[in-house]
Amino acid sequence: MSYLRKVMAIVWKDVRAELRTKDILSSMLVFAGLSVLIFQFAFDLRADNVRLVLPGVLWIAITFAGVLGLNRSFILEQDRGSLEGLLLAPVDRSAIYFGKLIGNLLFIFIVELLLLPLMTVLFNVWLLSPALILVLVLGTLGYAAVGTLFAALSINTRAREVMLPILLFPVMIPVFVAGVQAVSRLLDGDSLADIMRWVQLLVAYDAIFIAAAMLLFDYVVEE
Amino acid sequence: MTASKKSSGKDTLWLILLALTGLLIVVGVYLSILWAPTAVNMPTEAEQLAQRIFYFHVAAGWVGYLAFGVTALAGILYLLKRQRRFDNLAVSSAEIGVVFTAANLVSGSFWARPTWGTWWSWDDPRLTLAAIVLLVYIAYLMLRNAIDDPERRARLSSIYGIVGFLSVPLSFISVRIWRTIHPAVIGTTSETAQGGFDMSGNMVVVLLFSIFTFSLLYAVLLHYRLKLEDMREQVEDLKMQALAEL
Repeated sequence: MSYLRKVMAIVWKDVRAELRTKDILSSMLVFAGLSVLIFQFAFDLRADNVRLVLPGVLWIAITFAGVLGLNRSFILEQDRGSLEGLLLAPVDRSAIYFGKLIGNLLFIFIVELLLLPLMTVLFNVWLLSPALILVLVLGTLGYAAVGTLFAALSINTRAREVMLPILLFPVMIPVFVAGVQAVSRLLDGDSLADIMRWVQLLVAYDAIFIAAAMLLFDYVVEE
Repeated sequence: MTASKKSSGKDTLWLILLALTGLLIVVGVYLSILWAPTAVNMPTEAEQLAQRIFYFHVAAGWVGYLAFGVTALAGILYLLKRQRRFDNLAVSSAEIGVVFTAANLVSGSFWARPTWGTWWSWDDPRLTLAAIVLLVYIAYLMLRNAIDDPERRARLSSIYGIVGFLSVPLSFISVRIWRTIHPAVIGTTSETAQGGFDMSGNMVVVLLFSIFTFSLLYAVLLHYRLKLEDMREQVEDLKMQALAEL
């Protein structure tokens, strides 16, 4: 089996498990919707302030729902006792990392895919432009890259799922700042060329942390 | 016999260094409060007095970043060599770094109040960065607390120390672009727009003196913190022995 097929086998395993239980996606989706609702009441989103607050609401909904998905990806394995099996699989450990990363990305992308039209309808702001989707994809990639590494790390602690956001949020601040700023400038009518610095920052973040996570994942799961 | 003599000689050396650091701190306080010239372009007396925090503030900030760099480096060394002492170094340095970064933030707030008119400003990238970095290393210490097995604690926290340190430059770039493409709220140019001053020769001397003193303080604190960690390990070993004999 080629490396790519091994990665995809792990992705497929996660997708199939999810299709049977629908545990992860349903909780992520409901949670994302709920956070939008909560922010609606917190900031009283109206026509005059919606463009100001919406980028932040969008990213918070994604990051918070993302934490749920990231946590489940390893805790479910641990609880079912299938983590050892996964680690014993005759594949390079980095293949396990990439398999888990792609699975997590898929779940977060699905949440975003539903969140964008929903927020477009609810707040009457057009969120489905290609530039905005590019920013979301790049930001989500960096977020999930670090998140997958830290999720594998958190299951080894006493606090387990409580630990993940505490570890993850301070490290993902560059993604959050760049993501929120890029989206709000796009909503203000700027083009992709105007927000190039943010896009570059996101690309740099993605490259650095995917490389770092790939190297460090071996050490997380070495037991 | 010789071993204990040797180690007691080393202990004496550290005691001398400790005393020297204490002395230098007293001298540093004198230099920065009384000897250093008053900044010339400060309009009010409160600002002139607050400016003297600078010597303490910059030195504390320097030790913070130095300490976190040492933590990341010790983490890499631990993952490569698997020796417990590297992990001890990492945690000792991180704890000291958290204390000094906190001191840096608090002293900065005391300075900012008379100078900027506010305790805190999100428009200053360095201030924002210090807050982010502080949270990264508080998370680092919390992670350590949540793992019981020493080997696992060392391995996982090394990983977090490395990733956390990697994120620092990116966080700095992001908060910097964040504030430079926005309309500037304070002043018109960079983050040094308000409360900046030209350093005269004597001010540079005092600044270098306090950075040196704080670095020495860092080294001394690190030494004693490492010693504490050694003792803790010995106690654990003795406990295990006692349990084994039961």
